[in-house]
Amino acid sequence: MSARVLVGVKRVIDYAVKIRVKPDKTGVVTDGVKHSMNPFCEIAIEEAVRLKEKKLIKEVIAVSCGPQQSQETIRTALAMGADRGIHVDVSGKDYENLGPLQVSKILAALAKKEDVRLIILGKQAIDDDCNQTGQMTAALLDWPQGTFASQVDFQEDSLKVEREIDGGLETIKIKMPAVVTADLRLNEPRYATLPNIMKAKKKKIDTVKPSDLGVDLSSQLEVLSVEEPSQRQAGVKVETVEDLIKKLRDSGRI
Amino acid sequence: MFPACKSSQVCQCLRLVKGLRKKCLPPILHVSRLNSSTSSSPVPRITTHYTVYPRDKDPRWEGISMERFADEADVIIVGAGPAGLSAAIHLKQLASEQGKELRVCVVEKASQIGAHTLSGACLEPKSLQELFPDWKERGAPLHTPVTEDKFGILTEKYRIPVPLLPGLPMRNHGNYIVRLGHLVRWLGEQAEQLGVELYPGYAASEVLFHEDGSVKGIATNDVGIAKDGSPKEVFERGMELHAKITIFSEGCHGHLAKQLYKKFNLREKCEPQTYAIGLKELWIVDEKKWKPGKIEHTVGWPLDRHSYGGSFVYHLNEGEPLVAIGFVVGLDYQNPYLSPFREFQRWKHHPAIAPTLEGGHRIAYGARALNEGGFQSIPRLTFPGGLLIGCSPGFMNVPKIKGTHTAIKSGMLAAETIFQKITDENFHSETAGVHLPEYEENLQNSWIWKELYAVRNIRPSCHTALGVYGGMIYTGIFYWIFRGKEPWTLKHKGLDAHQLKPAKDCTPIEYPKPDGKISFDLLSSVALSGTNHEHDQPAHLTLMDDSVPVNKNLSIYDGPEQRFCPAGVYEFVPVETGDGQKLQINAQNCVHCKTCDIKDPSQNINWVVPEGGGGPAYNGM
Repeated sequence: MSARVLVGVKRVIDYAVKIRVKPDKTGVVTDGVKHSMNPFCEIAIEEAVRLKEKKLIKEVIAVSCGPQQSQETIRTALAMGADRGIHVDVSGKDYENLGPLQVSKILAALAKKEDVRLIILGKQAIDDDCNQTGQMTAALLDWPQGTFASQVDFQEDSLKVEREIDGGLETIKIKMPAVVTADLRLNEPRYATLPNIMKAKKKKIDTVKPSDLGVDLSSQLEVLSVEEPSQRQAGVKVETVEDLIKKLRDSGRI
Repeated sequence: MFPACKSSQVCQCLRLVKGLRKKCLPPILHVSRLNSSTSSSPVPRITTHYTVYPRDKDPRWEGISMERFADEADVIIVGAGPAGLSAAIHLKQLASEQGKELRVCVVEKASQIGAHTLSGACLEPKSLQELFPDWKERGAPLHTPVTEDKFGILTEKYRIPVPLLPGLPMRNHGNYIVRLGHLVRWLGEQAEQLGVELYPGYAASEVLFHEDGSVKGIATNDVGIAKDGSPKEVFERGMELHAKITIFSEGCHGHLAKQLYKKFNLREKCEPQTYAIGLKELWIVDEKKWKPGKIEHTVGWPLDRHSYGGSFVYHLNEGEPLVAIGFVVGLDYQNPYLSPFREFQRWKHHPAIAPTLEGGHRIAYGARALNEGGFQSIPRLTFPGGLLIGCSPGFMNVPKIKGTHTAIKSGMLAAETIFQKITDENFHSETAGVHLPEYEENLQNSWIWKELYAVRNIRPSCHTALGVYGGMIYTGIFYWIFRGKEPWTLKHKGLDAHQLKPAKDCTPIEYPKPDGKISFDLLSSVALSGTNHEHDQPAHLTLMDDSVPVNKNLSIYDGPEQRFCPAGVYEFVPVETGDGQKLQINAQNCVHCKTCDIKDPSQNINWVVPEGGGGPAYNGM
């Protein structure tokens, strides 16, 4: 198989960090805050590298869309085994407006440009929880999609994908080229160890601009405000049903 | 690695619950101790780390390849704090001045440079000025010159102002209030520009030795070991980094330095180091209460005169009304019921302090041990193959509460000495790892030595019956008037761990409940530090003997570790069957402050480094 695989990796605020809303309510504080690779993207990269180790695919390309610091995330992907990286340089206002639709347009354009047979993404990012990029990318390319994958098997020109759905597990067969999004149980990602980080410094990362790919980053969405969830009010215990009804009446609920 | 989640809020919830109430290993891993003194019931197995249970004798590790990849550099630096980065930067500056090539590698356990840095901090810029005379043009984050400096003694209700006469060590004229984590981050950027290889997220876990006993370099941590100590599928060995000389700049009470003191007997002529714990919070305050550039220090309440400690309030000037507040407690305290965290929380309610915080909200929390030993506790600094810089050996000026300027200078001196020697073609080292006693000589001839010598008696003068006030009187007479030239050198009390009195001889302290607006509970504070560790790894708070916490610490001292840990790592919980308690170690909460390794009365806790990347996620602390 001489297939090329494109893996999207997103730089997000680390899951253990307590986030803080900016005083001007336009977003959360990101300056100096610890960031790391989206956990589902780690699983995606791991799957792609395993496919390469099984010699089922030829090359793994890691892609990240964002400012200069996204290159660190690509380096981690390279240290895990990706062959080369593509940094789509998006910063400032464009980066604030970067959502699943814009990213999927970029990925679709890259997939055509790099002659890619398979796109593996994380099922969702832990900062926005959108769970849309994989699906939108498949739609833009008119490719089949295997989302929430917990197992992926190569079969000649098609993939057998076991998906985690609300009702249990669903197995589908999709023809390549295709888009797969990784769910938690797909694999346990390897660590990016120091010798691999050192080797990754020699691997190539190309920087491109969205305009080079002919992608329009304009967004139909406008963030009006970002606020902390309201403080949970303390509950009140009542002793009898009569008390409960009285309280509900007093507060106008019934 | 983490629970399946449909939304990140559920994720967060589960994460907090898992991290903060970690279950102990199942009871089937009981290990019967033949020499257990009091109880005859089996001791639950707590420690699984390979530094206590070696892997070459462990059947689960049979057949696993333990080979390591190795690489070579000219100089390796352990720890990317102010000292380590200054040494790296200065080496590269000298190399480029003299047209020489030098490979300098820095390993750092934090996931990003500055994430494990915590300090007040009030910086004396003189050594930064030496390192980068153009620091302002380069954009160093020194935005807040000190404008006002106040000192007071607190009683339960009042504040007694103490005049800060010129010449006293606490005066801060000409200094800057900084967020040290941001300064360290900036130093990291300067280092990278100069070509230093920085590797954050990789902890140095082992010192390597040549056959002649000199230091060969370090090895980074292994990854992929399960909580019970067995190898996982993703197990990989760490990497070996070899160098002609290795600089150890792990900060206060470094774990590798602890091993080096023993191996090379570096502490035979100096006093044991004594420490304090510093807890810190960042607050966004009401703009009307914000006075950028103002510094306030207090001593006294809530500590009694025999417990050394005090507080700081620093008003930063970086755009938003941000105030750094903190509380320091000397770890030579005697009452095992003392909780430094709760002293900090109740200090905030003092009528002289609370008004600044009212109407504000807290955005960060953290804690770290700091050195109090000063001049008397400086060990030998060099050994074949390596040397020590920064707060690791400990160059903090205790009454000034400043150690950053001396750390930076010690890094620069190390760089100069190393550069001179390893670029000298005629230099042939007797040992495989280079030994540089000249570094120690250069340090003794520098202003670091003079400065620390002049203030050497201030901290020990607090050990009399007059306590902290005796120290203040001593400072007034001998430092302010005689500039530290008195011919005697006072001694410290000994190891901090040995200062605790048994619980039965002490009275428990009644701490007020946190009000949730100014004072807070421990667990919500720990969450603010952003600390986290991969949960499926052996706990890095290792016990040399699993039976000691209950048999000794709990029975004699009422388990002081549950009080002195600022992150709630140690909890005594009831055993599953029968009565009695067991120690539960919530290793994920650890903020790497090192207090437990210092203050454990049985000296049974040995802090080792967890998988790199774990630990707090401080931002500009």
